[in-house]
Amino acid sequence: MAYLELDRVAKQFGAQTVVDDFSLAVGKGEFISFLGPSGCGKTTTLQMIAGFLDPTRGAIRLEGKDLTAIHPAKRGLGIVFQSYALFPHMSAAENVAFGLEMRNVPRAERAERVRAALAMVGLAGYEDRHPRRMSGGQQQRVALARALVIKPSVLLLDEPLSNLDAKLREDMQIELRQIQRTIGTTTILVTHDQNEAMSLSDRIVVMSQGRIEQIGTPEETYERPASAFVSQFLGKTNDFAATIDRTSAPARLVAGSWSAPAPAGFSGPVTVSVRPERIGFGDAGLAAKIVTRIFQGNHWLFQCESECGPAIVIRQNDGQTQPAEGETVRLAWRPEDMSVRAGAPA
Amino acid sequence: MRRNGPLALIFHVIFVIIMVAPILVVCLVAFTPEGYLSLPTNGFSLRWFRTIANYPEFIHAFWVSLGLGALSSFVALMFAVPAALSIARYRFRGRDALAALFLSPLMIPHVVLGIAFLRFFTSAGLGGSFAALIIAHVIIVFPFALRLTLAAATGMDLSVEMAAVSLGAGGWTLFRRVTLPLILPGVISGWALAFIQSFDDLTMTVFLAAPGTETLPVRMFLYIQDNIDPLVTSVSACVIAITMTALILLDRFYGLDRVLAGKGDTGR
Amino acid sequence: MTAVADTAPQSAARERGPRTPWALTAPALLLFVGVLLIPLAMTVMLSFHDWGQYKGIEPVFILKNWHEIATDPYYAEMFWRTFRIAILTTLLTAVLGAPEAYILNRMSGRWKSFFLLVILGPLLISVVARTLGWALLFGGNNGLVNKLLMSLGVIRAPIPFMFTETGMVVALAHVMMPFMVLSVWAALQRLDPQIENAAMSLGAGPVTIIRRIIMPQIMPGVLSGAIIVFSLSASAFATPAIIGGRRLKVAATLAYDEFLNTLNWPLGAAVATLLLVALILIVVGSNALIERRYAEVFR
Repeated sequence: MAYLELDRVAKQFGAQTVVDDFSLAVGKGEFISFLGPSGCGKTTTLQMIAGFLDPTRGAIRLEGKDLTAIHPAKRGLGIVFQSYALFPHMSAAENVAFGLEMRNVPRAERAERVRAALAMVGLAGYEDRHPRRMSGGQQQRVALARALVIKPSVLLLDEPLSNLDAKLREDMQIELRQIQRTIGTTTILVTHDQNEAMSLSDRIVVMSQGRIEQIGTPEETYERPASAFVSQFLGKTNDFAATIDRTSAPARLVAGSWSAPAPAGFSGPVTVSVRPERIGFGDAGLAAKIVTRIFQGNHWLFQCESECGPAIVIRQNDGQTQPAEGETVRLAWRPEDMSVRAGAPA
Repeated sequence: MRRNGPLALIFHVIFVIIMVAPILVVCLVAFTPEGYLSLPTNGFSLRWFRTIANYPEFIHAFWVSLGLGALSSFVALMFAVPAALSIARYRFRGRDALAALFLSPLMIPHVVLGIAFLRFFTSAGLGGSFAALIIAHVIIVFPFALRLTLAAATGMDLSVEMAAVSLGAGGWTLFRRVTLPLILPGVISGWALAFIQSFDDLTMTVFLAAPGTETLPVRMFLYIQDNIDPLVTSVSACVIAITMTALILLDRFYGLDRVLAGKGDTGR
Repeated sequence: MTAVADTAPQSAARERGPRTPWALTAPALLLFVGVLLIPLAMTVMLSFHDWGQYKGIEPVFILKNWHEIATDPYYAEMFWRTFRIAILTTLLTAVLGAPEAYILNRMSGRWKSFFLLVILGPLLISVVARTLGWALLFGGNNGLVNKLLMSLGVIRAPIPFMFTETGMVVALAHVMMPFMVLSVWAALQRLDPQIENAAMSLGAGPVTIIRRIIMPQIMPGVLSGAIIVFSLSASAFATPAIIGGRRLKVAATLAYDEFLNTLNWPLGAAVATLLLVALILIVVGSNALIERRYAEVFR
């Protein structure tokens, strides 16, 4: 049985449906990300788990018990907010101790657990510091310690890293992953940053306009996006218009001068989706002209104009000579590196 | 931005002098050693401040004003804090009408309020009582208490409260440990501003005060009606000093610019 | 962020019980209904009651007081004086307060906040004390103000300030000035600080900049300040009572006399009701006018 279960959860504000038909089973100890653009309903879903919003329809269960019947103060979930939401009138230690106080943990044990929690997030010695006198990264850590010290059944992270600068964000991602692995708390992260979702999660829930687009491991969602939205949202991709040619036997999948054996189950116009780093320059394939070539250190980025519209190609900087701007090339890829969807590209 | 020219600065200096002059002249005359109204030309004297002691009605009126201001501001906040939290956080039918009603004592001339309260409390058998004064002052200082509390409650990061809830705090604990400390600067400033308004009100209070419950402004007004002498200037100087103290307190806790900018309207 | 994502946390509180907001406002609402709305209604009713020197107040419904106010020219003159003083006070504060706010706004940081304090601080100082200051400055025909004006050669003979409308307007303008400065100041804060440079780069001179660029933008501030100053001046009590003395009556001081000296409460209530209604009509009416006229600026 799933540890945390969302069963066809929906949320409406007035006539507007913000989340619809959201079903998800989270295993114990799993790290799940809700990924999607602003307004896709991911924060609303998180707030329903936290209890700050009540679902309009559907059920949320924790270990089989109905969670929606429990007051948010009694759910025992740890939450880290985007703004950190630290208590500005309390020191770091008092912030962390607050949840334990509410649980009537004896003073001595409280002090010990607070000390341990702050040490875990690398803030030993900052006990008496007030939030206003801490950096963004430090405040972030206090918020994390405060959420974890109560040994929450589920840890909810609402865009926790979005207020940090790029370098710090990367460090915190690694640290967050290590801490979560060590203590094994079931975690749900809400984010709009695909890199963050991919580097942290066991599974990603990609959301758009209140609905789930795809649930899968980072590899699955990247390699086999279930929809055009997913393939566009997770990294760059090339969508080429293609057709199934049934005049030859066996049938072939054709995009301009490129072709391959047709996969089963398609007919009429289809979309071939290929990641830029999976396209190579070859002797045969889609004819294209290189419009711009940008050197980015460890790789080259090519913007091409192909028979089937614009294309992006990324090549590792492996020391080989690369085609120049204005050169005509042939774009080729292995059938296993593409995904095919019915219908023309959006 | 361009600097002010010399003409602008001359205008500014005259303007500031005119704004300060009446207040300054009251404070200066208060120190006169003479027995009549005059600017102290040969030396300062505390003679007229000592004379206040011979007028117990002024001393008594001062205590009435102080108690009235402190108490009515406190009572107003007891009503204003929950109302402000409600208005700041909920969108409900009738919310705008409620806010308008709570701020309406700013719009209604104090003369009219004085008459209405006089009629009301006389009918209720409370005419001239201290209780009637308290209730009336709660109404006139309420908008000031509400506004500053409302500003604090609106500016508060709600996720801080949500964090406290998620950690297990609820109801009264949540209010006492998290909400109140966070809005406290606004609440204290609201109290101070309400106190000043109550302490200074003449127009409404003059209708309600009876011998024994006369406030300092009422006592001063009635005194001035009969004659203007250095005694009333020394009393005024004391009032100005008290207001200044409250102002400094306000500035400390909240920043006077914020208090004044959020004002726009006050007693007369 | 879309509206939905932004409002989601805000609505957290709303989710917990629709009765909560009413429960929280109920005490204040009861207080206001009980001791504000009911007394006001009683006052309006009082204005229709009868009164006699010996019989006191008689709870009947007659139009006697209203008829007296409408027909006796004494009341027309008194109301006209009240509004004349209020209008002149408003004009004086606008003409002096608006330029001062502009000058203040162009000062550098520390001076700006210092002078803002000096000019707005009096707002919180007892009106009785401030008016007393003017009474001292006016002080008969050889008061300080007259001495100064004569030594500067502005006037030849002393102007009577005490017990005159001139004195009332000057003292009232001083009392109300902070409201005007505050209001214009607020409008100036909304101004793009680069706007003057933009106008200058297009070739506008200082006078043109003030007339064509600054004035139109601070006009709503001046007008809303004017509404506040007008309504407060028209209902002012302390300053007219001290400077105007016992003879020169305005609406507020007349109502006071009817209540506490003549004891004709119904007539006093009628004067007060009329003042309240007139002010509400003027304030609401001019607010609506300004908002329509300056809709773009407010948006």
